[in-house]
Amino acid sequence: MTLPIQCTPDEIFILNLGPQHPATHGVLRVKLTMDGEYIVEAEPVLGYIHRMHEKMAENGTFAQFMPNTPRLDYLSALSFNQGYCMAVERAAGIEVPERAEYIRTITVELNRISSHLLWYGAFVMDLGGFTPLLYAFDDREQILDLLEHVTGSRLTYCYYRFGGVYNDIDDDFVTGTRAFVKRLRSRLPIQYRDLVTGNIILIKRLKDIGFISAETCRKYGATGPVLRGSGVEYDVRKHEPYSIYPELDFDIPHYPEGDCMARYMVRMDEIEQSLRIIEQALDKLPDGPYQAKVPKTLKPPAVDVYSAVEASKGSFGCRLVCDGDKGPYRLKLRSPSFSNLSLFGEVSEGLLLADALAVMGSLDLVIPEIDR
Amino acid sequence: MDTSIWRPILYLIGIMAFAGVNAAWLGWCERKGAGHIQRRCGPKEVGPFGLWQPLADGIKLMTKQLIVPQGVDGILFRVAPVLAMIPAITSMVAIPFSETLHARAIDLSVLLIFALASIGMMAILLGGWASNNKYSLISAARSVSQNVAYEIPMLVTVITIVMLTGSMNLEEIALQQKGGFWNWNIFPVVGQSIAQAIIMPVSFILFFICSVAETNRAPFDMAEAESELVAGHMTEYGSMGFGLFMMGEYLNIVVGACLTAILFLGGWDSPLPFIPSGVGWFLLKIYVLIFTIILIRWTYPRTQIYKLLNLSWKVLIPFSLAILLLTAIFIKIEGILI
Repeated sequence: MTLPIQCTPDEIFILNLGPQHPATHGVLRVKLTMDGEYIVEAEPVLGYIHRMHEKMAENGTFAQFMPNTPRLDYLSALSFNQGYCMAVERAAGIEVPERAEYIRTITVELNRISSHLLWYGAFVMDLGGFTPLLYAFDDREQILDLLEHVTGSRLTYCYYRFGGVYNDIDDDFVTGTRAFVKRLRSRLPIQYRDLVTGNIILIKRLKDIGFISAETCRKYGATGPVLRGSGVEYDVRKHEPYSIYPELDFDIPHYPEGDCMARYMVRMDEIEQSLRIIEQALDKLPDGPYQAKVPKTLKPPAVDVYSAVEASKGSFGCRLVCDGDKGPYRLKLRSPSFSNLSLFGEVSEGLLLADALAVMGSLDLVIPEIDR
Repeated sequence: MDTSIWRPILYLIGIMAFAGVNAAWLGWCERKGAGHIQRRCGPKEVGPFGLWQPLADGIKLMTKQLIVPQGVDGILFRVAPVLAMIPAITSMVAIPFSETLHARAIDLSVLLIFALASIGMMAILLGGWASNNKYSLISAARSVSQNVAYEIPMLVTVITIVMLTGSMNLEEIALQQKGGFWNWNIFPVVGQSIAQAIIMPVSFILFFICSVAETNRAPFDMAEAESELVAGHMTEYGSMGFGLFMMGEYLNIVVGACLTAILFLGGWDSPLPFIPSGVGWFLLKIYVLIFTIILIRWTYPRTQIYKLLNLSWKVLIPFSLAILLLTAIFIKIEGILI
């Protein structure tokens, strides 16, 4: 893929992609050294939306950091919420009731679908197709309505609590979710596969573009669909099982090609897998309490715990160090997009500008999560 | 001859009005069409069905300040949007709308329109160059290579038509296709060899693809690829500079559709001989073509610049040359047989 680049220094120019550019989807700046339309060197410049989340965690109590987690990755807010909750629960030794775990699984998978749908729309828009975005938003709207019904918000959900969830789901949510699963199942082959996935222009633009090897992924710590698109069958939900995932039956979609098309296909298949998970979880949904008895002020012992969840972009890890106080002594967040972005510089070398932007789109970056 | 002064003036007014109405309301059509394709309503606030939206947009654009950024080539920067508009309006002089509605019967009208279309490309080149913006510069470079690549198959396809009809006059080309849809160049079954009936639909598709590429429309909108080049050559333009570029784009589409309608679809000829022909048929044909172009834009993603050039140099040009050769052979054989 890499083209031989031979040029004298005065033929090279620097192009600032962002911080405000339609393709970066946020305040990411990429400093591109260009030779004509070919990229000689790409250097992501971060920090435009840095908000010191980790320091904020140290200054407050455990509960006070809760609303920060959905602001990290606003598209898969519930995964981040769950990751942080699980870390604190592990530190304080809180047992989560089974019903709460099921509710968490159903909502987090709904959130994963909505995140993938938005990525799908934005990615095809990066490639110049406008209409799929609106079709994806049509389906995403249904998820937002469902989640609004139980969580009270539409984007930055803060629904989970230490030891359970904020409120119980009702029959409306269950029937609504079943209807949504049926609806999306019927729409996936037509609105998504026939209109976009099978489109010759799209295939030509994605096939064999932006090859990322499994070795590159390992080097930069890339996870999630990026890693699975490089042929590695790795999913935190299977390999470090948490919540009720061991009881559910689902596959890990992975493609060995490592190009943009593989990453695209991984995410499209993941939508179907998430639908399967939701269906199973709804069938098995047990009765019981949705919230464990947890003291108002948490004071976990001095421990050092780590918990990881599979967010829609990759594995999200929380390392929580407690010193026996009301708040974290140190909270290190390992966010997936940061690692996924890091390999962009290496992968985009020698690519044309438009292809590099297709690669960037296929990484599914959410900037606030990179900068934190 | 007493009307000799009034005729050009009337046509000037008529063409300007036609151009202005088209440039403004095709934007509305596109937005409304895109809205319905995407399950939205499109513009609906200003006037019934949002019909006065172009006026509101025009007022907004005209009241804005025309900013000339620092460091730009001031003259070229101001000239470029005008150049986008003028060639498109001028080429309407040569287009016969019906047998009687024709501003100026020019013998070489095909040649004139293609010459003017090349000038239209200069607008993007100059606008991109003068803007002093790297995105605009890339856009200018892209549009030049794109236009050079697509003018060749387009012209070669037109040459086949010119060879068949023996004329470079659009009016004559249209008149030769008179008398029902089977006489149109796209399906010339009657009176010509069967092989040509197979060739002509192919060259119609070639011509249509080239005209979409020539007018910089999606999926070939390399010059203003929003997600890559922000707005391409229009990045630095605001107010009416931007407005003129937009209007020029729509007018180029109109001219392209007019050419397609005359060269392949019989111009103002009605599809069945007992229905009277007229300017209504011509307008119907061009708006069907324009709506097809709009539909394509809102369906497909954008191609890549090198794939676009590959398509032209490796597929369209060989195909169009083969068609030219085949047409020449058939004309020769027919000449020998008769």
